[in-house]
Amino acid sequence: MFQFAVRRLLLAVPVLFGVSLVVFALVHIAPGDPIDLLLPPEASPEVVAQVKALFGFDKPLYVQYFLWLRSALTGNFGVSIFNAQPVLGQLLVALGHTFLLAIPAAFLGFGLGVALGLTAALNHGRWPDKLCSAITTTGVSLPNYWAAIVLVLFAAVLHPWLPAQGIWPDGVPLLGQLRYLVLPVGALSLIPMGVIGRFTRATAIEVLNQEFVSALTAKGLTRLPVLRHVCKNAAPPVLALMGLQFGYLLGGSILVETVFNWPGSGYLLNLAIFRRDIPILQATVVVLAFFFVILNLVVDVAQAAIDPRLRR
Amino acid sequence: MHRSDPLDPRDRGGPAQPLLTVAGLRKHFAVHGGFLNRRIGTVHAVDDVSFAVRKGETLGIVGESGCGKSTAARLLMRLIEPDAGEVIFDGDPVGRESGISVSDMRRQMQLVFQDSYSSLNPRMTVVESIAYAPRIHGMKRAAAIGRAEALLAKSGLEPERFARRYPHELSGGQRQRVNIARALALDPRLVILDEAVSALDKSIEAQMLNLLTELQRQLSLTYIFISHDLDVVEFVSDRILVMYLGQIVETGPVAAIYDHPRHPYTRALLASKPTLDPDRRATEPPLAGDPPSPIDPPSGCRFRTRCPFAEAVCAEILPPLMAADGDPEHLVACHIAEAQTSKAVHLA
Amino acid sequence: MADAAISSTAIPAAPAAARPVVGYWRNVGRRLARDPVTIVVSLVLLGIVCIAAFAPLVSTGAPFEGSVLHRLAPIGTPGHWLGTDEGGRDLWTRLCYGGRLSLLAGVIPVMAALCVGGGLGLFAGYAGGTVNSVIMRLMDVFYAFPSVLLAIAICGVLGNGFGNAVLALSIVFVPPLTRIAETVTAQTRRLDFVEAARASGSTAFQVMRHHVLPNVLGPILVYATSLISLSIILSAGLSFLGLGVTPPRPEWGVMLNALRSAIYVQPYVAALPGLMIFVTSMCFNLMSDGLRSAMDVKLDA
Repeated sequence: MFQFAVRRLLLAVPVLFGVSLVVFALVHIAPGDPIDLLLPPEASPEVVAQVKALFGFDKPLYVQYFLWLRSALTGNFGVSIFNAQPVLGQLLVALGHTFLLAIPAAFLGFGLGVALGLTAALNHGRWPDKLCSAITTTGVSLPNYWAAIVLVLFAAVLHPWLPAQGIWPDGVPLLGQLRYLVLPVGALSLIPMGVIGRFTRATAIEVLNQEFVSALTAKGLTRLPVLRHVCKNAAPPVLALMGLQFGYLLGGSILVETVFNWPGSGYLLNLAIFRRDIPILQATVVVLAFFFVILNLVVDVAQAAIDPRLRR
Repeated sequence: MHRSDPLDPRDRGGPAQPLLTVAGLRKHFAVHGGFLNRRIGTVHAVDDVSFAVRKGETLGIVGESGCGKSTAARLLMRLIEPDAGEVIFDGDPVGRESGISVSDMRRQMQLVFQDSYSSLNPRMTVVESIAYAPRIHGMKRAAAIGRAEALLAKSGLEPERFARRYPHELSGGQRQRVNIARALALDPRLVILDEAVSALDKSIEAQMLNLLTELQRQLSLTYIFISHDLDVVEFVSDRILVMYLGQIVETGPVAAIYDHPRHPYTRALLASKPTLDPDRRATEPPLAGDPPSPIDPPSGCRFRTRCPFAEAVCAEILPPLMAADGDPEHLVACHIAEAQTSKAVHLA
Repeated sequence: MADAAISSTAIPAAPAAARPVVGYWRNVGRRLARDPVTIVVSLVLLGIVCIAAFAPLVSTGAPFEGSVLHRLAPIGTPGHWLGTDEGGRDLWTRLCYGGRLSLLAGVIPVMAALCVGGGLGLFAGYAGGTVNSVIMRLMDVFYAFPSVLLAIAICGVLGNGFGNAVLALSIVFVPPLTRIAETVTAQTRRLDFVEAARASGSTAFQVMRHHVLPNVLGPILVYATSLISLSIILSAGLSFLGLGVTPPRPEWGVMLNALRSAIYVQPYVAALPGLMIFVTSMCFNLMSDGLRSAMDVKLDA
C-alpha cells in the first residue's frame, strides 16, 4: 500500500513538471508584449529596457522558465505587473475566497446529488426515478453562469431578498455574511449536484443488480440494511468522483465569480488575462492545476486503500 | 490409427514426415511488482517443449490449469512470440528464409478457442465472420460467402437459417460449430482445438466430438486436441502428451498411457478420475496440495515437491524424456520410472 | 481413437425466430425511434438547428440594425416579439443568428477532438506497451487541468475570436476522448475474436478496421454526444467572459454578457440567451442518454 502511494507520487512529479512547462509556454507564446500595457508607446528605449530587466523579460525563454520555477518552488511567484504587490499574497487571499464558495457548494451539491441518485436508483423505472433523473440532468445541462444570473434575477432583483453581488464589506456580522453566500454557493453547487447525482444513480443501479443483493434479500434482510450494504459498495467510485468534482469546483468557479464580482481566484485570473499580468496569470493557473493534480493523487491513493484490486 | 488418405497437393514430405515438429519451444513471462515495477520473477510458462505431430493423427495434450497448454497453442500460431525454439511445418522451418513465412503457416494451421462467444465478432453475421479470412486473402466477396455457407452446412448448421444470424442469437454449441467452420475457411491441414468443447454441455460436447471426427475423415485433417478432461482426450486422440508446469512429462500412444502410465503425475492424474465403480472407491486424494505456481519452479524435476517417490537425484537433474518399457513410442521424463524399467529389465 | 458409434451431426432444434434479423446499428436505431424522450429531444434539436440555419427566413428583423431609442423593449412589443437588446436590436433575430455560432462552437470542437483524440486512443489501445504509456502520460499532463481553466488559459493566450475559442475547446476535449477510446480499444483488443482475426493473417490495419472499430464506436459516440452539451456551455461561457466571440456578432454567450446589466431593467429579456444555451445543452445530454440506453441492453433475441 505504501509502495503504491509512493509510486503514484513519483508518477505525479513529471506531470507537475509538464504542467508548469505548459503554463509557461502558453503564457509566453501569447501575441503581444506585456510591456505595452505598462508603458506608453512613446517611452524611451532605456526605460523599456529597464522595465524589461526588472521583470526579467530580457533573458531567453528557457532561462526565464528556470528562474521562475526555482523561485516558485521557494514560494516566491514574483510581483504583479499591475499593482506591484507580491503575487503569492494576492493569490492566497483570492484562493481563500474561492474556498469560501467551493466548500459549501461541494457539501450542498454532493449531498443533494447522493440523495437524488440513491432515490432514483432505489425506484428504478418508476416516477421518482424519472423526477430525480430530470433534476440531475438539468443540473448538468445548466450553464452555471446563467443559473447564477437567473438566481440573481429572482432573489435579488425581482424580490430583493438577498444581495446581488460581491463579498461582504468589512464589519458585517456572520449571519449577514451568510446572506452573501447563498446565491453564489447555490449556483456553484448545481453542476456537482448533477454529476454526482447521475453517477450515484448509475453506480447504485449496478450494485443493486449484483447477485449478492438478491442473496441478502433472500436471507430476509429488509430494505434499510440492504441499503447500507449497497452504499458501502457504491461508495468508493462515487467518493473518487467527488474528489475530482471538488477540483473542478476550484478551477471552474471563474464563471460564477464573474457574475457575482466575487474576489476569488477565478476573478483574479480573469483580471490577469485582460491586463496581461503575466506573473499572476502563471501563478494562478499553475497553483490551481497543481492542486488538481494533488487532489487526483489523494483520490487515487484513497481508492486503492479501500479497494485493494486497484493497487497496480 | 492413422487416416490413410490420398496425399494433399500441398504435401511436401510424404506420409512419413511429421506435419508439425516442435523443438525446444520456450516462453517465459516477466512478473513485475514491488517498488518501481521491477521484474521480481519469471513465469516459466513453456520450457523446452519438443514433440512431433504426424499427418492425419490427433495428438491430445492434457494437464492441469497453468501447465502451459494454451500458451503452447498460441506459441505455435505465433500469436505470442517464443523466446526460443523452432517450429517446422511439413519440413519447412517457420519464420526462416529457408522455410515458410508465418502468414503462410497460418493458412495451413488454425486455432479454435474455448470461449465460443468472445471468439466471434458481435457485430458481424456468422457468415461474414467465416468469410472474413478468405476475403482478406483475396477471394471475391460472393465466392467467399458461398464458401462460408458451404462450410456452415458441413459443420451441421443450415445456411438458410443461420448464415445471417449474429453470435448472440446462437447457443453455445451452435457458436462453436461456427468457430470450427471459420477455422476451416482457409482450408488448413492442422487444426488446434484449445479446450474447444470444454465449455459445452455434455450432450452437445458429444455431438461436437462426432462432428470433429467426421470432418477429420472428410478433409484429411490433423488435430492437436488440448483439454483437461481425460475421458474426452482418450476418446479423441491417437497419441497423448502430458504436460506439467510448462514441460512434457510423458508422451505415447493413448492405449499405452491410459493402461500403463509411467510418470507419477500421469498415474495420479488418471487415478483421480471419479468412477462409478463401487469397488474402486477413492479413499484419499492421489495428489496432495495445489499445483505450485509456475513462477520460479522447483529445480530439477518440477513434480518432485508432490511426488511420493522423489529421490535426491530428482532435485538435481532435470529428467529427460526417455523410452519406458523399451517402447520407443512411449517416453517418460522421470528418474524413478527409468530406474524401475531398468530394474525390471535387469531382473527379467 | 476408440471406435465409437458415430451419431448424427445434425443440429438440434434451433430457437424459432420468424422475424427478420437486423444488424446492430439498425436495432439501435429502432430502439431510439421508440423512446419518447429521444423523439421529443430530436425534434427540439432539429427545430433549433433549422432556425439557426434558416435564420434570415424566420427572423423578423436584422441582427445588426437597431436603434438605441428602442433599446430593452419588453417581451411582446409589437414588431419585436421577444423584445430588444441593449442596442435596440430585435432579440428574436439575434437569437436565431446567434444559434449558428453557438451550435457550431458546440459541434466543431467535439468533432475535431473525436478525430484526433479518438484516433490517438485507438492507436494507443491497440498498440499497448510503451507506445500506449507514452501517449497516455502525455494526455495526463493536459488532464491535470480542469477543463474550464484550460480553455480559459488557452483562449487568454491566443486572444479573442470564434476560431481561437473553437481551437481552445478542441484541445481541451482531446485528452478525455483519447482516454475513453484507449480504454475501450484495450478491452476489445483482448477478446478472442481479435486474436482469431490476427491468427487468420490480417494486417493490424485490417483488424482495427473490421473488428475493433465497429465494436468501440458505440461507447465513444455516446461520450462524444455528451461532450457536445459541455462544449456548448463552455463556448458560451468563454464568450461570456469576453474570450470568445466578441460583440457585435450575435452569439448566445456574448448576448448573455451584454444583457447582464439589463437584469435590473428588463429581467426576462436578459435571461433569454441563457435559456437557449440551457435547452440546447439539455437536448444533447438527453440524446446521449438515449443513445447509451439504446446501445446498452443486450439485444433481445
